[in-house]
Amino acid sequence: MSESPSPIVGRQRALRARMLLACGAMILLLLAVDITSGAASLGWNQIWSILFDPRGVGSPEHFIVWQLRLPQALMAVCAGAALGLAGAEMQTVLENPLASPFTLGVSSAAALGAALALVLGLHIPGVPLRYAVGANAFAMALLCSLMLDIAARRLHMAQHGIVLLGIALVFGFNAILALIQLLSDAAALQDLLYWMMGSLGNSGWTETSTLAGLFALVITFSLRHAWKLTALRFGEERAGSFGVDTRKVRRWALLRVSVLAGTVVALVGVIGFVGLVAPHIARRLWGEDHRWYLPASAATGAIIMLAASVLAKQLSTQVEIPVGIVTTLVGIPFFIVVLSRRRRD
Amino acid sequence: MSQPPITPGHSDDALRLHEIHCTLGTRKALLGLTAQDIQPGKVTAVLGRNGVGKSTLLRCIGGFVPCSSERLALGATDLAGMSAAQRAAVVRYLPQAASLPLHLTVHECLLVALNAAHRPNRAEGRRRIEEVAANLRIGDMLHRYLDQLSGGQRQLVWLAQALLHEPRILLLDEPLTALDPHFQHLVMDSLNQLAVERRLIIMVVLHDLNMALRYAADALVLQDGKVAAQGATAQALQPQVLADTFLVRARIERCRLGVPHIIVDGPLAPPAPAAT
Repeated sequence: MSESPSPIVGRQRALRARMLLACGAMILLLLAVDITSGAASLGWNQIWSILFDPRGVGSPEHFIVWQLRLPQALMAVCAGAALGLAGAEMQTVLENPLASPFTLGVSSAAALGAALALVLGLHIPGVPLRYAVGANAFAMALLCSLMLDIAARRLHMAQHGIVLLGIALVFGFNAILALIQLLSDAAALQDLLYWMMGSLGNSGWTETSTLAGLFALVITFSLRHAWKLTALRFGEERAGSFGVDTRKVRRWALLRVSVLAGTVVALVGVIGFVGLVAPHIARRLWGEDHRWYLPASAATGAIIMLAASVLAKQLSTQVEIPVGIVTTLVGIPFFIVVLSRRRRD
Repeated sequence: MSQPPITPGHSDDALRLHEIHCTLGTRKALLGLTAQDIQPGKVTAVLGRNGVGKSTLLRCIGGFVPCSSERLALGATDLAGMSAAQRAAVVRYLPQAASLPLHLTVHECLLVALNAAHRPNRAEGRRRIEEVAANLRIGDMLHRYLDQLSGGQRQLVWLAQALLHEPRILLLDEPLTALDPHFQHLVMDSLNQLAVERRLIIMVVLHDLNMALRYAADALVLQDGKVAAQGATAQALQPQVLADTFLVRARIERCRLGVPHIIVDGPLAPPAPAAT
């Protein structure tokens, strides 16, 4: 980063860095809360000894903490961060404050892709069976992103038009999903329902580390394009006049969004509104310089997701409420607020 | 094919526009526009009624709309074959000011313009930002957010962004819209200084004929996608030209200080519509 020409600019930067650090601390705190809450009641002391004392290996408590709670809590962090980043990039490249993988159909498309593999056994040729669900989810997510991009660029569709198109896409993909449910047997239906609700319950270390690795990879590329993405915020022509090849930047960003949204759906299902809410909070607090905005949106997404996971566990200890339901219920009021504020501008 | 006439004296850094055609959708916006070379070191006002192709001409030069041309070049450098991003090295285009509610500080706006394509080294970047900020007197608002600034202050930020990379051509589309008189004169005055100090080619779309008369040395008057008149502003804006191209009854009179002013006496009836 270049040096600041005035002390106030320097202070602004220090404040932003501290806020990001505070987010990190909050994630750690929420992680701790999340690990201690759940069906089996384990106290802080017990958890502490299980985490750091090797003698407990093999006990049921050890299994619960190490194989269930820890990977699931970390999955909440990764999925939230991935959705926050995907939403932030989508809002920038589609120039639309209501854009997010969930609201514009990318998540639904990915769920449809997953369903095609799970129920109908339709795979992309050449992809190993293990990755078929993920590959399908990604391919459908990419297809949906490209459709949105074409509508925005080629057809010059206005902001509200894009949102309406996105809603149409959500309905369309969900209708096909419903059709597939009708055709599927009981066991496949169970799997499918899990996908559509979004749940951390099936996350083990493999899933968590896959998503963590992908997220780390994607955010490096995102940050490398940070200046160009910020330039896009000034509009097509201004960005072009800064020397940015806007079409290329857009395409790469949508590819990253598809990788993130597709993977998240393949691993934990459809999680609503995290990708919409996180960028708005990040933009208000950190500004729109994408060097800050992108990581801040990811961190905010992780916090929201963890908080939703904790909340879901507090609501009921008997039934595990899918975290996607909680984020959607909390997210809808926020969506309406953003929508109404846009209308006034 | 005939080459455009080369003005003796300055030939290698002028902007050459010859036979530029541009079609937007089904509308023919530019119909073989040919102009005398646009010279650096002064401000050229681009004038004409609404919809005659002023903005389209600037966007063609910037590379933002596809156009065909016999010649679109800066001196010996051909611009027609370059993409908008490639042209950005020499051409900076400022579209009509839209209200951009961006939550970015002025300093960040400048950093983006500086670093978006390729990043200069840190000291060089800092030097350029300080220089441009001092030139346009925006040094004390670097920490303020863009969405808190007035329209005039924002216009200065856009100008600063455009100047960071030391372009050779600056294209501005109606930079004075929505500015109060102070900022209108400040912007035009800065443009004049920049043109002279950096030997820039500056083309400005203006609607205020008197601002053009006062600040622009040359004028390029467009009508129906072609050049209707071109030359030193006071010469180009003859009453007959104003009548033909702007459909107004007007005269140029000198005020007590000897400064020429255009006084418009009223509208004229449009001519019988030609087949479109």
